[in-house]
Amino acid sequence: MDDQPSIPLKDESISIPEITISENKLGEFPWWFVGLILIAIWASFFIFSKENYREAFLFIIVGIKFTIVTSLTAYVIATILGLFAGLGRISRNVVINNLATLYIELIRGIPMLVLIFFIAFVGVPIAVDFLNKIGVLLLSLGLTSTGKFLTNLHNQAIAMNVRAIIALAVTYGAFLAEIFRAGIQSIGKGQMEASRSLGMSYKQAMQFVILPQAIRNVLPALGNDFVAMVKDSSLVSVLAVRDITQVARLYAGRSFRFREAYVTLTVLYLIMTLALSMLVRYIEKRLRKNERT
Amino acid sequence: MNAPDNIIEIKNLHKHFGHVKALNGVNINIQRGKVVVIIGPSGSGKSTLLRCINYLEIPTKGEIWIDGELLTNDQKHLNEIRAEIGMVFQLFNLFPHLTALENITLAQKVVRRRSSEEAKEIALKQLRRVGIPEKADVYPGQLSGGQQQRVAIARALAMNPKIMLFDEPTSALDPEMIKEVLDVMLDLAREGMTMVCVSHEMGFARSAADEIIFIDEGLIVEQTTPAELFTNPKEERTKLFLSQILHH
Ligand SMILES: Nc1ncnc2c1ncn2[C@@H]1O[C@H](COP(=O)(O)OP(=O)(O)OP(=O)(O)O)[C@@H](O)[C@H]1O
Ligand SMILES: [Mg+2]
Repeated sequence: MDDQPSIPLKDESISIPEITISENKLGEFPWWFVGLILIAIWASFFIFSKENYREAFLFIIVGIKFTIVTSLTAYVIATILGLFAGLGRISRNVVINNLATLYIELIRGIPMLVLIFFIAFVGVPIAVDFLNKIGVLLLSLGLTSTGKFLTNLHNQAIAMNVRAIIALAVTYGAFLAEIFRAGIQSIGKGQMEASRSLGMSYKQAMQFVILPQAIRNVLPALGNDFVAMVKDSSLVSVLAVRDITQVARLYAGRSFRFREAYVTLTVLYLIMTLALSMLVRYIEKRLRKNERT
Repeated sequence: MNAPDNIIEIKNLHKHFGHVKALNGVNINIQRGKVVVIIGPSGSGKSTLLRCINYLEIPTKGEIWIDGELLTNDQKHLNEIRAEIGMVFQLFNLFPHLTALENITLAQKVVRRRSSEEAKEIALKQLRRVGIPEKADVYPGQLSGGQQQRVAIARALAMNPKIMLFDEPTSALDPEMIKEVLDVMLDLAREGMTMVCVSHEMGFARSAADEIIFIDEGLIVEQTTPAELFTNPKEERTKLFLSQILHH
């Protein structure tokens, strides 16, 4: 990406004829998107006009808060993890670079469902064990309060809700790391050189010059991955947490109304992802409009 | 008599990129306040030489002394020294997400630790000096190439550098914009700034340079005054090169 045009951009709006614009608009209009919205609206009417569906809906909707809170929390943590792992991937420090690459490749080589089981039932207990050992160490060093807290930390104290968040965050951290890496590498190296030539440290140059541009470039990709995470959050239902997928399964198993349960569940996901995609598009558009102002 | 006051001393500088030997033992002393113009064919090592002076490239061998201090890999020390050396690039390298003013205040604030007000005042002063105070709140993408390069010069000058390095500052510009940038550089030279310029603008060299260095294949071929070089070049390679650039 060339971020330093040597020739000033001409005002493009002048030379484009009116007709081309309207033709483009018709051709580029997202009809499929209208179709999706119509399906969502039709299904919602369906749900509210039939007693069985309404009952299923009222039961399942309770899980939506869990799904949203879990996705949001996991996403925030994943963003932080991803940013640091992405910075690690481009680091010249061999140790940091290899650790970051190991993390990303490890996660990418394992199916998400398996990862969720692994992190919840193997990763978290191992981490707790490790923290216990650190606690003992701290106690022997005389740091009683932190030491006591860590030694008394029990595996069972980490609720499945929390494990679900950890599992999603660790998984998506690896995906977001690649997005951040690509974003940083899309910024021409002249930006880093100009910053360093002014006496800025590597960290200052990243913080004030490279990352603001990189993050702006990857915002749409980050938004898309949030939508993807909301969808993948359905996988944590295997941990028996009460997200909407799990709640729908419970309802289906209890009432034997499988059709009502899974139609409702599908429509709820569709509405969530549609709303989020629209938000992402809106942000993307705003960014594009602000680009050279 | 006192020893000459060398602000830059380059001793036996070598720089290799893998098998490519960009510099092969360059020695240069530059006195405070002097203007040195470096010329040479494409790939002769001009940019590499300039970039070694502020350690954007780490020399393979040799020493760089800036105002009595030896450059090493110590990052903190390097940052301090780089703040004293302004650099102007062929492609400007302005920060596109910041306005002209913010481009000039950023390093003042985070490196020189100046307050926002002070940094802004200095930035406006520098913008006035390069002749575009009205562009303070404009983003680089909306400036012409010549204006962008002048903002880049203002950004470097706002740090109060002791030395300014220019790497072909006008070669990416449309002809009608070259003069506005050269005029700023000429003013700077008259004010006594120590300058090292890679440039094939012979008019500028003639009127501003105290010394011209012709390098080829990573070595200094000839080093003399502009008058001497233009009227009486010693080396065959210099003559050939001058005939090429002067006739185009
Ligand atoms: N980062 C790099 N990696 C590998 N080779 C490089 C690198 N930078 C420069 N070189 C090589 O070193 C030699 C000198 O390059 P340099 O850019 O200093 O030449 P120059 O005199 O500035 O040329 P120009 O007039 O084209 O700008 C060239 O052969 C170039 O290909
Ligand atoms: Mg060059």
